[in-house]
Amino acid sequence: MIDAVSLRGESPNGTVPPGEANNAMSSLALDAYFGATHAVRSVTLDFPTNEVTAVIGPSGCGKSTFLRCLNRMHETVPRARVEGTVMFHGQDIYGPDVDPIALRRHVGMVFQRPTPFPTMSIRDNVAAGLRAQPSERLSSRQVDEVVERALRQAALWDEVKDRLKTSATGISGGQQQRLCIARALATAPHVLLLDEPTAALDPISAQKVEELVYELRKVMTVIIVTHNMQQAARVSDRTVFMLMGEMVETAPTRRMFTTPSDPRTEAYITGRFG
Amino acid sequence: MSTAAMSGSAPRVRGLARRRGVSIVMITLTCIAAALAVVPLVVILGYLLKQGAGALSLDFFTHMPVPVGEPHGGMANAILGTLLLIGLASVVGLPVGIGAGLYMAENRGTGLANLVRFLADVLNGLPSIVMGIFAWQFLVRPFGHFSALAGGAAIGAMMIPLVSRTTEEMVRTVPQSLREAALALGYPRWRTSLQIVLRTALGGIVTGVLVAVARVAGETAPLLFTALGNNFWSLNLSKPIAALPLQIFSYAISPYDEWHAQAWAGALVLIVLVLVISILARYVTRSRHGGGGD
Amino acid sequence: MPTMSFAPAGSAVPRQGPPVESPSIEGSVTADRIYRLSLLVFALCVPLLMLLIFVEVGAAAWPALHLFGLSFLTSSAWDPVKGQFGAAPAIVGTLLTSVIALTLATPLALGSAIFLSEFSPPWLRQPLSFLVDLLAAVPSVVYGLWAIFVMVPILRTGVMPFLRDTLHLGATPFFSGPAYGNSVLAAGMILAIMVLPYIAAVSREVLMAVPRAQREAALALGATRWEMIAGAVIPYARTGIFGGVILGLGRALGETMAVTMVIGNRHELSASLFAPGYSMASLIANEFSEATTDLHVSALMAIGFVLLIITLIVNGVARWMVSRMGAEVRA
Repeated sequence: MIDAVSLRGESPNGTVPPGEANNAMSSLALDAYFGATHAVRSVTLDFPTNEVTAVIGPSGCGKSTFLRCLNRMHETVPRARVEGTVMFHGQDIYGPDVDPIALRRHVGMVFQRPTPFPTMSIRDNVAAGLRAQPSERLSSRQVDEVVERALRQAALWDEVKDRLKTSATGISGGQQQRLCIARALATAPHVLLLDEPTAALDPISAQKVEELVYELRKVMTVIIVTHNMQQAARVSDRTVFMLMGEMVETAPTRRMFTTPSDPRTEAYITGRFG
Repeated sequence: MSTAAMSGSAPRVRGLARRRGVSIVMITLTCIAAALAVVPLVVILGYLLKQGAGALSLDFFTHMPVPVGEPHGGMANAILGTLLLIGLASVVGLPVGIGAGLYMAENRGTGLANLVRFLADVLNGLPSIVMGIFAWQFLVRPFGHFSALAGGAAIGAMMIPLVSRTTEEMVRTVPQSLREAALALGYPRWRTSLQIVLRTALGGIVTGVLVAVARVAGETAPLLFTALGNNFWSLNLSKPIAALPLQIFSYAISPYDEWHAQAWAGALVLIVLVLVISILARYVTRSRHGGGGD
Repeated sequence: MPTMSFAPAGSAVPRQGPPVESPSIEGSVTADRIYRLSLLVFALCVPLLMLLIFVEVGAAAWPALHLFGLSFLTSSAWDPVKGQFGAAPAIVGTLLTSVIALTLATPLALGSAIFLSEFSPPWLRQPLSFLVDLLAAVPSVVYGLWAIFVMVPILRTGVMPFLRDTLHLGATPFFSGPAYGNSVLAAGMILAIMVLPYIAAVSREVLMAVPRAQREAALALGATRWEMIAGAVIPYARTGIFGGVILGLGRALGETMAVTMVIGNRHELSASLFAPGYSMASLIANEFSEATTDLHVSALMAIGFVLLIITLIVNGVARWMVSRMGAEVRA
């Protein structure tokens, strides 16, 4: 197992230190299936702490599935299956003692479409993650503080501070998405997973979310799946290219987009397919 | 197939006037049918108002039934009994109905979910008198006495199919993305289910519950051999209890005009109760659509 | 493009975020298990209830079924004192009242469904559908009350003499004999009103589910609006409509209170619809509380059991037909 951690066969850069001291997460020979479909094929990757890693690739390449394996959301789909290891703070999240619910509080996730809870106010939406943790009983004032911090972090505070008690479905789509990011941030996760977070947004809202992602890496590790290469180039430190379930190449973003080492990567980023 | 059936008559242009005439006559007939379909409701409600309102008084709501010839008879005990029976039925029917509905929605496609759905539909078509003799055999005969509990359980069982099917359908309308969002926040499945999914679907489920309540509120046959009826004030759940439908039935088939008048008054109260619940159910559904959702 | 902050070996970016202590991701899933288990228990209540009804009613019916065998269904003897029980009159009465009900209700229900789905102005559709649906919400006992005091007197003094004497239908065995009022015909008529909303609701749903292309294809062939409906829409929807009628049949077969109040409650097989009779449900409702011998109770249970089986089959067929149309119907 330890050998496997340092086995970074496909990375030609060799700049990543072995071990996981600097990695918030690492996947080792990760396979994911939907029934008989082999969606993710033996992906081994490190996600360095406080960096933004973008996962790009054409539709159906398994990038979203891979992302969903990192907080064990994949297994919530019927007939879905995962094999392999994901290390998070020295533990295999697929280990026998790991509670996926506990894990998900530390590995937040935001989806393609905004998913505010329609029955809750803006404030309650942000606080929803806190309430999911039965061990912590926060006072109302503490909750208010966390909500304000999360909303400020998500750059939404000024827009909604006067209507925290109103329905979360009453704000615009872009605001809803930032609300969902705030909701994920409220529990202070170590890693934030973003699954095409701007795909359903207008360009201006998308830009706001991108700026946000760029800021967030100061305090956490971000993994963002996107089909938008410009977005990957703008926000990420490292980029991973996936194709047909396999991880083709991973490199610092600038190098990936200037001198990719794999011909398939080059074909993709120059727009010859996908 | 259907277009082929058309080809025999459609292309002929001769006789167009006649065909148009037939069309107009038939359309008029459907219009008359629609009007006639509403007539019974109007007529019945009209009679209830005419006959019932005359017999209604404050006494009706505050007094006990009295023998023929005595003034100031009422159905206070039957009104109370019906409310009590509805409460008992809800205690039996709602948890099972909502629980089974959630099960069906969250385990879609599994054999058991399909079986439960099929049997719920079958139960929905079960004659209420069969539920009555079943409840008697199961809950009255072994204990040797009629009881409010047996009556409440019998009509509660009748609520299960309606409530479970509505719950299932309403829970299905909650987008999967909302479930995933809750799970990704670290909600355990049970809290996702109860606090996010069920709460989002609540408007529709309340409608289903109200429809079920409206339906069992007027049920008589399952109560004939379980709650039995009672001419006295009773809150004892292990004793027979009066119910509005039972009282209407026994007064209606009695030979006394005074009791007939009481039956009309009781029917008016019952129908108002049922219609108010039905209309409320509709209102809840409508306001839910305004309340937004994903 | 942001500057690359990719850290070379050994120089980790200092974390400014939440405390770096290793997060605990261990826990238990006990609560989830309990929750799933309780949902399963609630779900199992449904098959259990069905099974209990079958077993309890079946077991209670067994002595009578065992004693009389098939003749229970064919015999018309019903003598609690001598211990003779045959369900034939009740079965025939049930079928007869149901057939009358469907004959009267189906054209009206179908006509109103066609009007509501095809011709009704949009503003009228919702309220009119609601009013027809409300018919289903009126309790059976209220129908019975209205039937006793309003419908039956009209039948006795108006409709029955008119059918028998004015139309000379009294010459046939079906409309002969004295007009008591309380009769198989009265039960069938009140049942017609009661099943109307079920048939109308299902037909409406099914007609609305007919694809636009079907209608347009017919209109494009030069059909009038009625020809479009008769030639394209109804054939497409007929399985579902038939399912709705069968569903109405299921309701009519098991309907108790209103029938009990006007059918006349007499154990006789008569060809005349003017004669009083019995339906299975009304027989149970009427005699159950007065049954003194165990055999009498068992015979009534056996009638309930037969009714249970018949309605199960009828409802099963109806559900299957309607679901084939892809229309979700909760009636």
